[in-house]
Amino acid sequence: MAVREAEPVGSLQEVKEVGLDREDLLAIYRNMLITRGIEERGHILYKQGKIPGSFYTGRGNEGAAVAVGTAMGPNDVGTPLHRDLGVHVTRGAEPWRIFAQYMAREGGPTRGRDGNVHMAIPGLGLHPMVSHLPAMLPVATGMALAFRIRGEHRVAVGWFGEGSAARGDAHEAMNFAGVRQLPTVFVCDNNQWAYSTPTYLSYPVEHIADRAAAYGFDGVVVDGTDVLAVYREARRAIEKAREGGGPTLLECLTLRMEGHAVHDDAFYVPKEMFERWAAYDPIERYRAWLHQHAGLSDDEEGEITSGVKRLLNEALERAEQSPLPDPADLEASVFASPEDLDTPHHK
Amino acid sequence: MAEMTYIQAISDSLRTEMRRDSRVFVLGEDVGVYGGAFKVSLGFQEEFGPWRVIDTPLSETAIVGGATGAALMGLRPVAEMQFADFISCAWDQLTTVAAKQFFRAQTPIPIVVRLPSGGGFSGGPFHSQNPESSFAHIPGLKIVCPSTPHDAKGLLATAIEDPNPVLFFEHKHLYRRIKGEVPEERYTIPFGQARVHRPGDDAVVITWGAMVHTAAEAAGELAKEDVDVEVLDLRTLVPWDREKVLECVQRCSKVLVLHEDTRTGGFGGEIAATIAEEAFEHLDAPVMRVAAPDMPVPFSPPLEKAFIPQVEDVVIALRELAAY
Repeated sequence: MAVREAEPVGSLQEVKEVGLDREDLLAIYRNMLITRGIEERGHILYKQGKIPGSFYTGRGNEGAAVAVGTAMGPNDVGTPLHRDLGVHVTRGAEPWRIFAQYMAREGGPTRGRDGNVHMAIPGLGLHPMVSHLPAMLPVATGMALAFRIRGEHRVAVGWFGEGSAARGDAHEAMNFAGVRQLPTVFVCDNNQWAYSTPTYLSYPVEHIADRAAAYGFDGVVVDGTDVLAVYREARRAIEKAREGGGPTLLECLTLRMEGHAVHDDAFYVPKEMFERWAAYDPIERYRAWLHQHAGLSDDEEGEITSGVKRLLNEALERAEQSPLPDPADLEASVFASPEDLDTPHHK
Repeated sequence: MAEMTYIQAISDSLRTEMRRDSRVFVLGEDVGVYGGAFKVSLGFQEEFGPWRVIDTPLSETAIVGGATGAALMGLRPVAEMQFADFISCAWDQLTTVAAKQFFRAQTPIPIVVRLPSGGGFSGGPFHSQNPESSFAHIPGLKIVCPSTPHDAKGLLATAIEDPNPVLFFEHKHLYRRIKGEVPEERYTIPFGQARVHRPGDDAVVITWGAMVHTAAEAAGELAKEDVDVEVLDLRTLVPWDREKVLECVQRCSKVLVLHEDTRTGGFGGEIAATIAEEAFEHLDAPVMRVAAPDMPVPFSPPLEKAFIPQVEDVVIALRELAAY
């Protein structure tokens, strides 16, 4: 079972074959713009001193994140990471809540209890990451186990990076999922740098996806800057898992176009590498494709762009109105009460 | 009522919970066909099927992380560590993910991790430890250490119902040694309520797990010397029954804190500190501690006997306390 290197998506016809109509295509574009727009504004907020702690972005990964988020079904679940803001946006997280999260406000999904992209809205089927990557992979496997036990046709998507692929959690999660053929898709955001560590110091084989064979499932490598190719592969993997075909390891290759976090200027990344990958900016690529293959007009594009700008302006305003958490509630939510179990997914 | 061993009570409780709630399932190493290393789930796979009694690979991280994910999806996993010692392999999943998820995301993680713990049978450094205090230091985890069959059954039911991650430390040395009357019907025992194992008012031994029985034997010796020793079984460490402890201190005025875990950083230190802060004026003697020395659990019987607090050690400490 050799790893498969996915072909790019060409024509509109191919796209239709994988289940996207024109409206879907524009929604994907819009979600990518929202994702980048939130992170660009995040940089400004950080410089303004409005974001405590640090600030992380997924520039260069917007396509892969939005694509996988789009490919997931309404009842599927996932554990996206700090390069995957596009998953939250695509699943319906309101931008104002994300800004509120950045700024440690009550309105953020963690109500100021945790920072930056350590957030998720469980009602949207997403559960928040921890810093100890890839500790959420075994959790995703457990979610899939629950679906298997109950005989539900749902899929759990677990994200990890090429750096965290070196940790034992990744192995245990994939091995268990492989042994039980659980409905899981393991998405590797391979952005080629784990903080300052290059791929050749993280793993000794050509692809992270090569490992899938050792766990008894398929491995696929896809160009992570090609949103439609990632969508096609993610959709295939998710539907295969849903039908009982077991897990897939989907490796999305991109470049982390900024430092590890806002304090890091990424001096260790060769300049020519940035220049080379800048030509593969996922948003620019997709915009060009939409013009060429989907008849996107300048007017239509302008409308989408100004709509996103308006949305983010309003979101920012609303987030700034969200209060900071009250220290009187400091210790209020360490332990859950029985009534906290009274949510749809716990019944 | 039926007479059961400690391990039968655990098994009985788990089976009862699985029968009444289809969300409860068991996962762990060798828990299915083999019935668990100690046979707690013997026959469960026949009754509940292979997807509710799940044999996992040798993967503690995947067991605890998997339980966490399944709990997030609405199930009630009961994970078994083959030995409590192996929980170190799943430390991150418990302390980083499970313990903090509700605080961060308001999503409860109702999991139980069963932990066969404790020494007394030459298990050596990796099959004998009592790591409860390490986890008592992690906010978000609850900790249960039953000492009798009755408590084991009721506390396990409570643990499975609880919306938080619960570590259920079952002492291996009690498994087949301790018998008691256990109601046949289901019942729960609230967390955070200590139990007077043996009444007395000259001194109190505050303890949990297997040491409850060691303390009771020692108290029996002291009774021959007209010293009336109370044995207070905390039953749960998180939460722990501060009120009952302070009430005992006020009444008995002399306190011995006893645990099988090693001394430094053991949970006994927290109890002693609380007594010093809140009941200092009621003490007629310094709070004493009897615990294992700060070292790995040794293998050879004479070394292990010297390591684990014995009845004689407790008797000596109590005599000293009584004479103070």
